[in-house]
Amino acid sequence: MGRKLLLEHINEPGIQTFDVYRKKGGYASVEKALKTMAPDAVTEEVKKSGLRGRGGAGFPAGMKWSFIDKKSDKPRYLVVNADESEPGTFKDRYLMEKIPHVLIEGMIVASFALGAKTSYIYIRGEYMYIVGILEKAIQEAYAKGFLGKNILGTDYSLDIYVHPGAGAYICGEETALLESLEGKRGNPRLKPPFPAVAGLYASPTVVNNVETIAAVVPVINMGGDEYAKIGIGKSTGTKLISASGHINKPGVYEIELGVPVDEFIYSEEYCGGIWKNRRLKAVVAGGSSVPILPADLILTTAKGEPRLMTYESLADGGFQTGTMLGSGGFIVMDEMTDIVKNLYTFARFYHHESCGQCSPCREGTGWMEKILHRLHHGHGKKEDIDILVDVAKKIEGNTICPLGDAAAWPVASAVRHFRKEFEAAAMAHSHAELVA
Amino acid sequence: MAKLTIDGVEVEVPDGTTILNAARQIGGALVPPAMCYYSTLKDTGGKCRVCLVKVSAGSAKDPRPMPKLVASCRTPVADGMVVQNLTSPEVLEARKGVVEFLLLNHPLDCPICDQAGECDLQNLAYEHGASTTRYEDERRTFEKIDIGDKIQLHMTRCILCYRCTFVADQLTPGRVHGVLGRGDKSEISTHIQKAVDNDFSGNMIDVCPVGALTDKTFRFKSRVWFTKPMDAHRNCTKCSGKVVLWMKGNDVLRVSARKDQYGEVKEYICNECRYDHKNVSDWTVEGPRHIDKHSVISQNHYEKIDLQKLKVEVERQLEFQKGRQLPEANATLNS
Amino acid sequence: MDIKFSSEALATANKLIARYPQGKQKSALIPMLHLAQSEFDGWLSPEVMDYVASLLSIKPIEVYEVATFYSMFNTKPVGKCLIEVCQTSSCWLRGSDEIVDHLKKKWNIEVGETTSDGMFTLKTVECLGSCGTAPMLQCGSDFHENLTVEKVDELIEKLKSKGERSSYLKSLVNS
Repeated sequence: MGRKLLLEHINEPGIQTFDVYRKKGGYASVEKALKTMAPDAVTEEVKKSGLRGRGGAGFPAGMKWSFIDKKSDKPRYLVVNADESEPGTFKDRYLMEKIPHVLIEGMIVASFALGAKTSYIYIRGEYMYIVGILEKAIQEAYAKGFLGKNILGTDYSLDIYVHPGAGAYICGEETALLESLEGKRGNPRLKPPFPAVAGLYASPTVVNNVETIAAVVPVINMGGDEYAKIGIGKSTGTKLISASGHINKPGVYEIELGVPVDEFIYSEEYCGGIWKNRRLKAVVAGGSSVPILPADLILTTAKGEPRLMTYESLADGGFQTGTMLGSGGFIVMDEMTDIVKNLYTFARFYHHESCGQCSPCREGTGWMEKILHRLHHGHGKKEDIDILVDVAKKIEGNTICPLGDAAAWPVASAVRHFRKEFEAAAMAHSHAELVA
Repeated sequence: MAKLTIDGVEVEVPDGTTILNAARQIGGALVPPAMCYYSTLKDTGGKCRVCLVKVSAGSAKDPRPMPKLVASCRTPVADGMVVQNLTSPEVLEARKGVVEFLLLNHPLDCPICDQAGECDLQNLAYEHGASTTRYEDERRTFEKIDIGDKIQLHMTRCILCYRCTFVADQLTPGRVHGVLGRGDKSEISTHIQKAVDNDFSGNMIDVCPVGALTDKTFRFKSRVWFTKPMDAHRNCTKCSGKVVLWMKGNDVLRVSARKDQYGEVKEYICNECRYDHKNVSDWTVEGPRHIDKHSVISQNHYEKIDLQKLKVEVERQLEFQKGRQLPEANATLNS
Repeated sequence: MDIKFSSEALATANKLIARYPQGKQKSALIPMLHLAQSEFDGWLSPEVMDYVASLLSIKPIEVYEVATFYSMFNTKPVGKCLIEVCQTSSCWLRGSDEIVDHLKKKWNIEVGETTSDGMFTLKTVECLGSCGTAPMLQCGSDFHENLTVEKVDELIEKLKSKGERSSYLKSLVNS
């Protein structure tokens, strides 16, 4: 039985409302932080906790906060990244819909630590119904004195606003998100300068994922050191995993980092095993952007050790035999899955979502989709496979933002681990020609 | 000031200079190409990825290499930085990849494109590209739009360098066109029928590295290498009045601004100078424009050589070569 | 015909602009375009976009650029109900192709087209964050999840009998 730090009270009737949430201990971290701690002390606790960005990059949150430019006299901003668009990921939606106050509470504490007086939630436009839920929660917080001027009688004031996007996965990249928040096209910016120095309106800004900010609440409540005791090594605390695909119990699961992958897939406590009594074929463990792994490599590392749900264990073996925890979008595929077609849907996704600024991604994603389309429909050639891998290689590392890498990694890993399927797809064309 | 080495050649430049500009101070083959950066337009660069170089040592203080290749046009130098351009096989591979991507959806209609002979993409592909294409799928097309009687738009040729939008923002009274759409469906457009013709908009023709934006008044009149480019000027209240007249006999076929050795305009010209004065008598002709011998325009082109300038240039080239092994340029580029 | 917001919409628009610092009202562009789209038949004509530009004191081209970048904005007319079926990853693994093919056959249209009675437009979209309840579709602000062909038919009948234009805008601001 893993500890639930975020979802403990999720099934309490009325937990969406301020009153029920407060009764269950909500907003205690705001009282603790604003009344008894200095902003830098809050950042220290987050650093001690080892909390890592839960959106996908896994960058230590406390370190990110400490980069914010304190010397500038421009206003500082906290922007919460609720653009959740990584295929396979739906945990932020679940959290914001069911228990919105945990995000608001975390935002107040984080904004206090950063010295921000105005904070925004950038939420993807497709989640428009959640905008209403968040607006209501924010209004409740204002009414109860937890937002607005002089919160809880201290001299700290904060305004929080919800800002919807309009359908662009690229706006999940932090600089593209800031461009979009400024009312422009979601084109990522070149870094440096980093948002901590020049972010929203060229002012010091920290962009964090919804879950990262929500996790600040238990970090402050229990203290950073206690939080760090959960998990293994540099993977501390709990993580929300969005499990989907060919499993019996798809859904959002909060796990203590360190749960074995085997247990996560097969135990009744989590995914409940593969549906229709079939066998496991492959898993994409952290959202479509991370390398796909075949069944044997997702359950054990190349060294033969059982693989655990941690940043380090999933990355064991690099991109040769490993993958990444990423956003925790855990997509499971059974033995009947056509890997070529699955990769095609991913390639189609990245092609649709590329912003078009830099040439490798703009042209390369379209090329990869076209090759995979042909392979899937039996018009492929044997050379296509090598060209596909080469295109992925030429995109990786040469783009302005990580979307290029995100488009390349699934391709490289799918061909690396399932080459025979691609060759069979390519042969389908030649065979058809022979028979004709 | 910061001292750095590029391909083994040391150069000292003011702080804040970009790697590309530091390389341009050295000159020669080690200068990375640039398809979207433009020195006289602010905030350009970083998009085409053609200028990627390897920084194998970040600075004297922190000599770790940078993890990825960086865009030299937007990366400032640091004292003690070590940069590799032609001496890095990784860079050359990446550049070949980028050239392939730029040509992927390009219509390759050089035979009917006005830009032929002065096209940055042709030159780039010649220096750094492959001799055949691997791409056998359909190339994207766009619905043709009319942006007025001064500038011709061929969106299929556009490589989305964004330079024309910067010209519109920084040089003209107001931008009426922009980049619409997303991904490889992005296009330069006005969305509604509208002419792009406010003053100084003609400079988009000069900054466009390919044949996407061309001078409509010059369209199909002649190949550039059959014309005789002449430096000329006139008194103009709006701009410097310094132009190049592209002539055939006594006819002025086209007027454009003057580009430096990197193909960049330093002094922009107004629309009146560009379009409304096609009589040679409107101009004070200074003499034949100097054309680099590598350009096809230099064929049958005669100019008076300033012997003193030539002597200085030869000495400069010898200094550059002294004691330094240049890689076998052809061996690495055409693999 | 002069395009103008209703007084209610105008009040919302002003509240939106007030959320951003002085001089940064361009930030309100995307929320405003959502508001405009729901006010004016579910799509953004050049006139509507010019109106939004005037409210924010920006150039029309700045609005056109943004409207054509984001996939939720329609710059061509759409049917009363925009049916958006997710086709990525887990939705495909759990049978989204079947849903799309069923609707194509049912209405005799291709993806991107509208039924002849102007009621439904069929669109395929990318991951909507419902991977655990796949396959699914979005219509207006409502997510319809764990779909089967039967459930889809039921939904279409319900929408047809209601005959209303679907909106995804229930609340952009709370007063």
